[in-house]
Amino acid sequence: MGAYIVRRALIAIPLLAMISFAAFVFQHLSPLDPAEVVLHSQGVPKITDELIAETRAELGMDRPFLIRYLDWLVSCLQLDFGKSYVANQPVWSLLGPALLNTLKLTLVSVAAILALSVALGVACALKAGRWLDKSIRGLSFVLTSAPSYWLAALMVWYFSVKLDLLPTSGMDSARSYVLPVAVIAIGYAGIYFRVIRSSMLGNLNEDYVLYGRACGLPESTLVRRVLKNSLQVAISIFGMAIPTILGSTVVVENLFAWPGLGTLSVRSVLSRDFPVIQAYVLVLAAAFVLFNAVSDIASAAVNPKLRNDL
Amino acid sequence: MNSLEVSNLKIGDDATGRALVRNSSFLVEPGSCTAIVGESGSGKSLTCRAILRLNPAGLRQSGSIALGGVDLTKLSEREMRKIRGRRLCLIVQNGMRAFDPSSVVGVHLRETLNRHFGWSRAEMTARMGKAMESVRLKDPVAVMNSFPHQLSGGMLQRIMIALALVLEPDIVVADEPTTALDTVSQYEVVEQFASLRARIGCSMIFVSHDLGVVRRLADEILVMRDGEIVESGPTRKIFSEPRHAYTRHLISAKEALNRRFNHVMGGDDVVDR
Repeated sequence: MGAYIVRRALIAIPLLAMISFAAFVFQHLSPLDPAEVVLHSQGVPKITDELIAETRAELGMDRPFLIRYLDWLVSCLQLDFGKSYVANQPVWSLLGPALLNTLKLTLVSVAAILALSVALGVACALKAGRWLDKSIRGLSFVLTSAPSYWLAALMVWYFSVKLDLLPTSGMDSARSYVLPVAVIAIGYAGIYFRVIRSSMLGNLNEDYVLYGRACGLPESTLVRRVLKNSLQVAISIFGMAIPTILGSTVVVENLFAWPGLGTLSVRSVLSRDFPVIQAYVLVLAAAFVLFNAVSDIASAAVNPKLRNDL
Repeated sequence: MNSLEVSNLKIGDDATGRALVRNSSFLVEPGSCTAIVGESGSGKSLTCRAILRLNPAGLRQSGSIALGGVDLTKLSEREMRKIRGRRLCLIVQNGMRAFDPSSVVGVHLRETLNRHFGWSRAEMTARMGKAMESVRLKDPVAVMNSFPHQLSGGMLQRIMIALALVLEPDIVVADEPTTALDTVSQYEVVEQFASLRARIGCSMIFVSHDLGVVRRLADEILVMRDGEIVESGPTRKIFSEPRHAYTRHLISAKEALNRRFNHVMGGDDVVDR
């Protein structure tokens, strides 16, 4: 198992290198000159060619491409993503807190998704074809197909405005988490519990369940075994859910004024704040690679067959 | 030891209304081995599972199944669970799929023994180890700490036999236990079934479509076709004077195969195993 973890971690390194290079190249494909963006955002009244050349030198844009990339990469590794063109402060001082806030929202959401999907998936699999199974699946179908902004608006109207139970926006207390987490969790749990349900149903038909029953083992033991085997499929999906949610909280964060990555990224795109966007892309891509590796390792911990792969 | 008497067993599919087993009755004497032969879909496995009451809920089952005078069909699920494993042991076809793939096989063995006996972990390991050695599994401790995918089908089959040896049931129900194995493992497993019966004196219901194996193990044979027992009787009699056309067909097919084999091998007579 230890050897597997090391091998899996080593694979992530070239991936990360490629992603960082792509992020750097894409920025340079943009027709906008960073120097101009900087001068614009500083409110310089008249932008002359001299001024642009001066700013380019100041930004280090006059050096060869590869040198600039390596330089940038080394500073990125030290969490130095440069300075925001617009806010005129280090990117990390903007990105760090936003990342932390989004991460909090994501992790609480994933915990809720996991709890909901496992509970619903197990209940539906054990009662497959009965009214409980049918009604849960029917309801989830309606809820997952509802757009999240609409669902969010309805929930804000009902729980915050009508009942005055929960805050409409911001991130002030534990109660602030309830609505955004609910909106995110409903969308994802409605899909994932089906994965667990169908995987459990497949496993319940396996010979090991029949043989276990034939040995006199109680249903609770067998359900535990089936769940453990069914979660293997789910682990890789849940592992990828974390970075996916990290990157897709834009709508929910903007609706609930959550001070996270979603809000920051939209603001940066609109003001063409390249260093922030670049760092955002890099951090998200790194999160994908990282959580992918973590979910692979978790899968291998549950499914010993996978340890010999790679 | 107790006898098992199946009377008027009927199994039907609720959804389609089709009869899958029609009115089967047979008696397994204490310590004897009854083989059920017939093609796939003839109702052999359904009969086995009906005895343990393990057919899926969508199948309707009627008739009585008496183990030592107690009608199993009248027991509560809870009482039935105590009988499964302890007095009725099932051995399934494919060893590779009989054990939880994400746990080492020892987990299943200990959980099962824990259900039926109040033994300590050390005692369970000791008894299991002894039984595993007697079915020629070398290094039982290593085997118990292996995942199913690290063992062969024949080894897993023998682990099930070893578990039955420790459980000492009245009846072992073996549902095509040799079908998924290669010829060499088949031979070893069949020998272990023979010695399992000799050692704990259990009765056995042995499902197979390999007549050679059946001849080696069975005292009585039931021939099933389309959910019906078309012929039954002592093994020797079934082989020497088969009455039903289908039984004759099975035996002649087997003999034709033997003749072809002998011809290819260039010999005259190869003793039928």
